[in-house]
Amino acid sequence: MFTVAEFTGVVLVASLLAGFVGSLTGLGGGIIVTPVLTIFLGVDIRYAIGASLISVIATSSGAAAAYVRDGYSNIRIGMFLEIATTLGALFGAFLGGQIPTAGLAVIFGLILLQSAWQASRIPKPHTIGSAPDPLAERLRLNSAYEADGKEEHYVVRRVKTGFITMFGAGTLSGLLGIGSGSLKVIAMDQAMGMPFKVSTATSNFMIGVTAAASASIYLSRGYVDPSIVMPVMLGVLCGSMIGAKFLPRLPALVLRRVFAVLVALVGIQMIVNGFGGHV
Amino acid sequence: MTAEAKITDRGIERIVSVILRSGVLLSGTVVFLGGVFFLAKHGGERVDYHSFHPQPVSDRLVHEIIAGAFSRRARSIIQLGVLLLLATPIARVAFSIVGFALERDRLYVVITSLVLAILLCSLIAGAAGAA
Repeated sequence: MFTVAEFTGVVLVASLLAGFVGSLTGLGGGIIVTPVLTIFLGVDIRYAIGASLISVIATSSGAAAAYVRDGYSNIRIGMFLEIATTLGALFGAFLGGQIPTAGLAVIFGLILLQSAWQASRIPKPHTIGSAPDPLAERLRLNSAYEADGKEEHYVVRRVKTGFITMFGAGTLSGLLGIGSGSLKVIAMDQAMGMPFKVSTATSNFMIGVTAAASASIYLSRGYVDPSIVMPVMLGVLCGSMIGAKFLPRLPALVLRRVFAVLVALVGIQMIVNGFGGHV
Repeated sequence: MTAEAKITDRGIERIVSVILRSGVLLSGTVVFLGGVFFLAKHGGERVDYHSFHPQPVSDRLVHEIIAGAFSRRARSIIQLGVLLLLATPIARVAFSIVGFALERDRLYVVITSLVLAILLCSLIAGAAGAA
């Protein structure tokens, strides 16, 4: 049993590290802080999800501010796809109230394994196997960004596939209290054939709005405990700011693989805990 | 976008960036101050988060949180910071409607209004569920 002061201190340090590693690996702090709280500090997964969701809004809004200013994010694509992610987030928050905590832990573990696998790979240039989508023209999604002083134009493909994938990303975000940024990037980079930089920036732009949709539900459901949110939000926010400041680019593949192995181990532990009923 | 539009995408993006940054900063400050009050008052108490108990209504409903924060209740001040953070993306979406309207982009006024409606519905649905 901790005192409030001890608990706050321990969670603050853990969240700081989670935010740092999250921004270093590109996975986001939310996906790391929840397993840390549940596995190492024995916090009920519902409290952890509530707190992590709030920290996700903070970090993504902070990061999005910088990305938007740099002009990489496409606000039209972001806004259009937010219809899908916010609806998904509401659905996810609804599901979260129905699924027993053991089930949540197992799903969380599986997502961690998937993220670890994705983080350990070399980002593959997307294959442009489909024609430009006329729907993208109608929705004015095609745009340009500036790279090395010249304008790079891009066209958007498979709008419907992207939209449906975004609903899934929103559902996972609402269910597990994560940003699910990597799935959002997959939808834009792989399915819609957008440039990687634009996908990453636009994904970050969308995470805050998506998380806000489910966070209101979690808040009113009583999952957001101020004494847990306080250190988690401040810790993850500071940790990811430090990560972004000192390491503006993704670190070497070797380092990412080391983190991926750690994330995978945590994922396995979550699944074991879920099946063992220790959540 | 028409030639005589008063504002460009870049202009909108810049304002959006300011909204996001100030929202996070303000909310972080309020949560921090609430946290300091909270620790000063309850720092020595024992806690246990192994079992889940939904938060009391005073920490769940918007008007209760605001009332609590004004009477300087530490937990309510932290929750007020959380509310400010929730309001940040909502404000961003609301502002984007204005921006697209100034650009005379009707399609995106509609799309953005839809997103805002979904966000407001989630607030209302959440409040209805809590009451």
